[in-house]
Amino acid sequence: MKRFCRLIDRLDTTTDTNKKVAYLAEFFDRTEDADKLQAVALLSGRRPVRAVSGKQLRSWAADESGISDWLFEECYAIVGDLAETIALLLPNPAGESSDSLSSWLLRLRNLKKKNGEEKRTFIVGAWSSLSKSGKFVFNKLITGGFRIGVSQKLMVRALAKHTGLTENELAHRLMGNWDPFETSFKQLIYDRDESVRLSSPYPFYLASPLDVLPEELGDGDQWLAEFKWDGIRSQMIAREGRVFLWSRGEELITSSHPELEELGKSLPDGTVIDGELVALKKGVPLSFNLMQKRLNRKRVSAALMREVPVALIAYDLLEWNSEDIREKPLYERREILLSLYNQLNHPKLLYSDAITWNQWEELEEMRVHAREYYSEGIMLKRRDSTYESGRKRGVWWKWKTDPLLIDGVLMYAMPGKGKRTNLFTDYTFGAWDGDRLIPFAKAYSGLTDEEFRSISSFVRRNTLERHGPVRAVKADLVFELAFEGIAPSARHKSGVALRFPRMRRWRKDKPASEACTLEELHVLMKKFQPE
Amino acid sequence: MDLIVENENGLYVPEADVYLDPWRKVKKAFISHIHADHCRYGNLQYICPRPSLPILKKRMGPVSVHGLDYGEKTTVRGIEFSFHPAGHIPGSAQIRVAGQGRVWVYSGDYKTRSDGLSQPFEPVKCDTFITECTFGLPVYKWPKQAEVYRSILEWWNENKQNGRAVVLQAYSLGKAQRLIHGLREGPGPIFCHSAVQQMNTAVRKAGFDLPKTRPLTKKLGKEDLKGALIIISPTAFTGHWTKVLKTYETASASGWMLIREAKRRRSVDRGFVVSDHADWEGLIEAVKATGAERIICTHGYQQIFSRWLSENGWRAEELTTEYGESAGD
Ligand SMILES: [Zn+2]
Ligand SMILES: [Zn+2]
Repeated sequence: MKRFCRLIDRLDTTTDTNKKVAYLAEFFDRTEDADKLQAVALLSGRRPVRAVSGKQLRSWAADESGISDWLFEECYAIVGDLAETIALLLPNPAGESSDSLSSWLLRLRNLKKKNGEEKRTFIVGAWSSLSKSGKFVFNKLITGGFRIGVSQKLMVRALAKHTGLTENELAHRLMGNWDPFETSFKQLIYDRDESVRLSSPYPFYLASPLDVLPEELGDGDQWLAEFKWDGIRSQMIAREGRVFLWSRGEELITSSHPELEELGKSLPDGTVIDGELVALKKGVPLSFNLMQKRLNRKRVSAALMREVPVALIAYDLLEWNSEDIREKPLYERREILLSLYNQLNHPKLLYSDAITWNQWEELEEMRVHAREYYSEGIMLKRRDSTYESGRKRGVWWKWKTDPLLIDGVLMYAMPGKGKRTNLFTDYTFGAWDGDRLIPFAKAYSGLTDEEFRSISSFVRRNTLERHGPVRAVKADLVFELAFEGIAPSARHKSGVALRFPRMRRWRKDKPASEACTLEELHVLMKKFQPE
Repeated sequence: MDLIVENENGLYVPEADVYLDPWRKVKKAFISHIHADHCRYGNLQYICPRPSLPILKKRMGPVSVHGLDYGEKTTVRGIEFSFHPAGHIPGSAQIRVAGQGRVWVYSGDYKTRSDGLSQPFEPVKCDTFITECTFGLPVYKWPKQAEVYRSILEWWNENKQNGRAVVLQAYSLGKAQRLIHGLREGPGPIFCHSAVQQMNTAVRKAGFDLPKTRPLTKKLGKEDLKGALIIISPTAFTGHWTKVLKTYETASASGWMLIREAKRRRSVDRGFVVSDHADWEGLIEAVKATGAERIICTHGYQQIFSRWLSENGWRAEELTTEYGESAGD
């Protein structure tokens, strides 16, 4: 545990990825297999089962630190992270536990079966035997959400250094369902069992945002252009009569999509398709929110399947006749995919057509209008590219449409987390409905510190009402908001929900009265909504 | 009647018709220390602690200013004023105001633990204490200064061995000098950005013992700065320097660095917890030492700290001021 905590501390002392990889590799070199395996599991997002609630932790921690619950809550609200708040508040012991990471995790795993009092005793005991960084890591283990600025990619790079295996090979081995308590480091990395191999997807290859001029990509003939869909990147696997549907988040989502399981059964054995899972009605994509409705269910009802029908838009073919064909050039893979698609002729399988174009300007024109095709931009892939893993730059690009823009009036402001309480950084914006403002979007990023400071000063002087930390302010400041999409929403008073809203600039030139109206929002929404 | 009240210009002593650290232009202002949020432009007359005089003159230019020694009393319309060390930055003070049997102390900014350079904090007995509470939250517990300096030196040394410079971002008055003083035994030269150099000169003039530092001029190249420590304010660290240095590491020295998210937002490699304000325990210790029954909390987490004080037997109130928007941490 000590060594793992030290690793977490060191990773935090640099933003240089090479250094991070070096620290990780050093950790792997010096740590015994059982702890290595647990670390790999944690850093690839496999979190221990959660045995206690945040509420329990909060109240025990408040007791242990000798402060009232309200004061603990204030601390938590300002620090913004429960694990860290507890680590900061509780006293540090003189000595420190020397138990291994895996022994801590094993005890955590068994905690689920214990009663409330036993849980409390265990956790409070742990707090009093761990250093500040030990407490932080331990709390992260209990609360799940182990995000420490190390991507799986970096971890795999370090593991490659440590084992001498290639990153691709390792990434593949780490995918799928495995449990650090039911396998060993050797088994996972060197000899994996057949049933796991059967369900394992390939690591996804992700496109990078295009940050150069398209002309700089050279000869347009070498590039394949497709529309980019706003769905869930997925892999469909058909092997030995069984079907597995994986999302990019490495979640197995077969059971919530029975109609796709059907599709999978009609695929020939030893086929893996990379595509986009989309909700589609009469050939038109539905909003992302609707699709999420399905994702969150383990089982779906017939009614929901009718309401939100899904399909797979196939981009690429990774395995064919049980053979890994990722090293073949893209155009060859897509040729096989197209003939498979034609042969199958299944209503749930669509083929992502290549856009026909001659000049970069033509493609640019398509990109600008992509939203009218219900797409969020264009993908550019080199025709001869192999299927890489992770986010390797250079051969696959995503070229998104410019964001939608609208001007909103600042209505409510809230202090940010983990920063000065004096700075208001989280805002709610309103649109005019007659002479009333209706809130329609929240945003907290996109401005400079300088701007946040001067807005905070405005907020302090123009507060109309306070609701806890939230302040209602005089309708005066106008901001241009950028967002990626707009859909109807019954949950919001405005009747619309924006996708990824953020502040683009402070429109000091615009009086509040000239900001957008609710009607304008609804017109915009209808423009991008089928039916 | 209250000796000190707040009006739109700042903290006001009605019986003497003077202000303490006003935020708008006034006739006569007592100044606790020369941070921008406490000492603003445009007052007709300034009165500050004597060791702050050279700093005030450097910052404000030619203004009418009068210096008082710590503990020296001056009377305005029958009200007595004096400055007492606050330990915040070189030359900083608390302001004691007394008249007709009442004694109030306005803390300005302070820290209770000595930084080795500034005149250490001295508690002053009073009935009402107006206290800052920038870090008035129990999560703020400062590590020992010696430990932090040791880790800064380690970091500097490690980078020096790799032929790199280190860039330490610090507020130009107070924090910068404290670090220069504390890191004087370091493995290489210390270069300071012009804003820091100017303050160094003023602080030396005020009688503080600062080691020699070199100016960070545009003539310097990568080779000249190898293994050096560069002290610069966050806003002055521009593209010019990133181009000149090429490979380097950055750090911020501030109390906010205690919280991971705060460090992330500054996007520095390292965050060192060095604060010129009192931590939670320091605030409580200071409040107790004044013996005051009534505590007015301002400048920071005043809502939280005053609520805690009320629950623990003090008569506590909060006061919203305009301090703390641009100053030292
Ligand atoms: Zn200050
Ligand atoms: Zn201040």
